[in-house]
Amino acid sequence: MFPAVPLFSRRGRRGAAVTAVLLGGVLAASACSPPGGSSATSSSTASTEASSSAGAGTGTASGSGTASGTGTASGSGTASGSGTVSGSAGTSSGGGSSSAAATPGCGSDPVEMTGYFETGFPLPKALTDEFTKQFPNVTWKIREDQFAVITQNAPRVLADDPPDLMRLPQMSELVKDGLLKNLDSYATAYGWDKWPASQLEQLRVDDKGQRGTGPLYAMGLNFSLTGIFYNKKLAQQVGMTAEPTTLAELDAVLAKAKQAGVTPIAQFNGGATGGLAFPLQNLMAAYGPAAPINDWIFQKSGATIDTPTNVQAAQHLQQWIKSGYFAPDVNSFDYAAMMSRFIGGQSLFIFDGDWESGNLDKQMAGNAGFFLMPPAQAGGKQAAMSAPLTFGIAATAKHADCAAFFLNWVATNQKAREIDVTVGGSHPMGPADAYMPPAKQGTVTATTLAAGAKIGQDNGAMDFIANATGSIYAKSWTPELQKLVAGQESAENMLKKVQSDYESQIGG
Amino acid sequence: MFAAPALLFYAVFVLRPLFLTIQFSLYKWNGIGPSTWVGLSNYGKIFSDPDLYVTILHAFELIIYFSLVPVVLGLVVASAIRRISQSRMAVVSRTVLFLPQVIPLVAAGITWTWLFSTTGLVNQLLSAIGLRGVTRAWLGDFDTALPAVGVIGAWVQIGLCTLLLLAGMSKIDPALYESARMDGAGPVREFRSITVPALRQEIGVCVTVTVISALASFDIIYISTQGGPGNSTMVPGLEIFYLAFSDRQVGVASALAVALMVLVLVVILPIQWLTREQS
Repeated sequence: MFPAVPLFSRRGRRGAAVTAVLLGGVLAASACSPPGGSSATSSSTASTEASSSAGAGTGTASGSGTASGTGTASGSGTASGSGTVSGSAGTSSGGGSSSAAATPGCGSDPVEMTGYFETGFPLPKALTDEFTKQFPNVTWKIREDQFAVITQNAPRVLADDPPDLMRLPQMSELVKDGLLKNLDSYATAYGWDKWPASQLEQLRVDDKGQRGTGPLYAMGLNFSLTGIFYNKKLAQQVGMTAEPTTLAELDAVLAKAKQAGVTPIAQFNGGATGGLAFPLQNLMAAYGPAAPINDWIFQKSGATIDTPTNVQAAQHLQQWIKSGYFAPDVNSFDYAAMMSRFIGGQSLFIFDGDWESGNLDKQMAGNAGFFLMPPAQAGGKQAAMSAPLTFGIAATAKHADCAAFFLNWVATNQKAREIDVTVGGSHPMGPADAYMPPAKQGTVTATTLAAGAKIGQDNGAMDFIANATGSIYAKSWTPELQKLVAGQESAENMLKKVQSDYESQIGG
Repeated sequence: MFAAPALLFYAVFVLRPLFLTIQFSLYKWNGIGPSTWVGLSNYGKIFSDPDLYVTILHAFELIIYFSLVPVVLGLVVASAIRRISQSRMAVVSRTVLFLPQVIPLVAAGITWTWLFSTTGLVNQLLSAIGLRGVTRAWLGDFDTALPAVGVIGAWVQIGLCTLLLLAGMSKIDPALYESARMDGAGPVREFRSITVPALRQEIGVCVTVTVISALASFDIIYISTQGGPGNSTMVPGLEIFYLAFSDRQVGVASALAVALMVLVLVVILPIQWLTREQS
């Protein structure tokens, strides 16, 4: 649900019509070996998967290597490594009670899955490629678009040309129109209901369109976390000796940077991309609790964004603007420009998410740091926007079972979880005690993954205020934040205007 | 009979969408779910919601840049080129001026966003001549975004106007200029008394085409500002797109589309009438 880079990248809007149709990998030599039907030969294929010790390969069960006969789900399921799928049907560690027939899978016949993914993000493609390697009867036909285009196309694509697996924008309206598959039965079959509830909360939509409770309509490939990235060299240069632990300390660093002639924050806010929503929401959660913000995003009845603490937050943001803590041309540049400025050492901070961690580790190796938004009071609770990278299945998808199997595989297969971290940069979904791929010490990736634990402790995960309704970001937050920058709107009126738009959008 | 295929295409691809749009504009519909009849209330909304009617005002402001500037400059440039029509420079300048017409608008929009950016060529030139004080992010400033978008439009349209007017000038009998010169008329007088009146029809075409492109502008703005900052460059074409595809208010979007069509007709018909009357 998080409008990650996508909404913002300029190329996307230009290339609106550009879609990349990719074939999801080539059939491997053992093309006919079924994911479900484990035979001696298919087991040996699986063993070529480097360290992926689990039986996630071509369907055979359990690390104990007792694969035999079609579709055994291994009595000794727990032997199959930490939480990875074992057995053809994807049941994990079922202690022998689970039967292969009970859970949906991809079958053994050749299946061509249709996917509708987001351009610019290598993660889904990396996962589907790996999936095809492990289950050679499944191939992928993938269409890609920018996130903004996906947002605009979603209802029609889901209705007219239903993909088996699709990157989803804000989903409450899609659910209201009956376009998404209810995943509850899969959740029970695969045991997703035993995962930490907070992971799936944002993906539940009830019959009134409110999110947070109700049936599950989507799944994450991983879940992201946002905070503040900083340039270590510039931090030293302006005299930031430690990461700020309170809002006041952050203010002090910003002032120091300004004095030293370093742009404190290069946040994108141009065109249709109101990136000041990042610091704004961080400030909201610094001044007040995270729960009411989530209620508003989830469209709980009576929820309002126009609260006293949020007004304080908006005023604080306005103060930052007035103090010149943002680049002076903040209203004219987009996400891609922000990234190139930050990587080029032209600003101390950016407010962004861990989907960039891998990228920053590559392009600013050793020079990029990350901390969570500090609380207003020392020792206060911390919160962050943290949302699953949402994927759903069309209500009328042809291969829904296989898509669900894939989603479960992503969360539970060891190799998939490694890809999640190394390619995606974010925390994998799945059971709390699942295998956690190690991140290299000292990298931003390691820092952001660790920060996730703190947010978990403080129960501070929020969805993004841009995701409250399908058009709240484009029609309300973006123009209002741009007006705030230009001094054409006050902090108080901005929240009032957004709230009234929100009410009319939900009502209508 | 020969017109039948053309008529069929016209009916399927022009008339049918047109009537569907009018039909949609009377309903409240999100594009997927059930729709409800709401009569004319979508139209009421266009004229009562400031966010919507301000887009129409922006479109009118764009007429200055998309239409007035290119036609006036086009006239001046065309008569200048006509005077040097024998030299090779004429061919070069014609080509250069017409180039923007050949370049896809999307490419033009991208190029101009670079030129207008904080570190872009426009600001570099301004700094070079000592005007650092006025440099800014032209497309990101509430006061300059719409004029900046207008400049892009003018740049695109000027080639078309020049070429059309040049073609018109080549039809003017050179004897007219000769006799005027014998009567002692200077270049300005020639321009006013011979060139402009003779070009009435061509000017009419230029104005019509460019005014329509101003009122129905979409691509340049979609590429360069997406209607921002705030809503300072939001025009009806873009608003229709947002309403239909991100707001999912197909009814209001259709109503605005119909209103835009009527508006274009209302503006264009008098221009047509004026230019036809003379001939």
